[in-house]
Amino acid sequence: MKTAEEIFNLLKAKFGDSIIELKSNKPIDSFILVDPLEVDKICLFLREEKDLQFDSLMNLSGVDDANGEKVKDEKGLETIQGGTLSVYYHLESTSLKHKLTLKASTSREKPEVVTVTESWKCADWHEREAYDMYGIIFINHPDLRRILMPYDWEFGYPLRKDYKNPEFYQGMKVPY
Amino acid sequence: MGLLDQEFTEGNIVIAKTEDLFNWARLSSLWQVGFGLACCAIEMMATSASHYDFDRFGVIPRPSPRQSDVIIISGTVTLKMAIRVKRLYEQMPDPKYVISMGSCANCGGPYWEHGYHVLKGVDRVIPVDVYVPGCPPRPEALLEGLLKLQEKIRNESIVKKSA
Repeated sequence: MKTAEEIFNLLKAKFGDSIIELKSNKPIDSFILVDPLEVDKICLFLREEKDLQFDSLMNLSGVDDANGEKVKDEKGLETIQGGTLSVYYHLESTSLKHKLTLKASTSREKPEVVTVTESWKCADWHEREAYDMYGIIFINHPDLRRILMPYDWEFGYPLRKDYKNPEFYQGMKVPY
Repeated sequence: MGLLDQEFTEGNIVIAKTEDLFNWARLSSLWQVGFGLACCAIEMMATSASHYDFDRFGVIPRPSPRQSDVIIISGTVTLKMAIRVKRLYEQMPDPKYVISMGSCANCGGPYWEHGYHVLKGVDRVIPVDVYVPGCPPRPEALLEGLLKLQEKIRNESIVKKSA
């Protein structure tokens, strides 16, 4: 069993600049900020390393940090420019009984994160959901398409903070 | 108005208007499309089960829309599902009836404001005969809704469908 600090030091020694920061602001669980384009290698290491053995991806979720600049366009609609979208990874080792949270932040304009389906098969649908709700592109994902919304949904990503619902979808009025 | 009002004493002959006969036949064996959408479907299944026994009103789930008379919209109709619901309704033969069960199917329910994925009332895609309020409605409420639908069918005219 290892603490987040120990795991952070292990990762820092192995991956250097790809491991950005360890954030521990109690009472929240501490998490490690990592490079979104290296997260696949980091996760594979976390899974395979003898002292870590993170064999279970408990959850993977997208987050809109909404830390960009709020801009009104010509129609008066508010959009967010700049800032980040993030992916959180909650890992657990069922044999060594320790847990870890990773966070990968990527730019809102070009949100790209490498897939971790190589490490855990269950990441497939989680990543599709994050793509569906936030528009985060998972590089090398085997089947990246919408999972909850209709396949022909062309009005954007519903859980982004600046999302606007359409008036009509396939002839059906959407607002109340 | 009852079908057996004018029974002949000698038996075996019943006189009735075709209208009444048809309506009686229709309202006595309403086969529902065997499908459910959300938590309301659990209540609908409970209504079908032995405690409430939908079958005593002639309601049985029929696993094909082409042999069904009534469709119970039991739950949240998402925009994705709305297209499928409409197709199911269109596959049913006339005369066909719709019971909208629960707040979601009636008007969007708790998703009325922030439900980006929810159709705010199934009556936006198919015509509804009876609305059953509740979240979810108890089996008694669904039975009441069915009785209301039967009442509607009982008063139908052969030249003009009212329900």
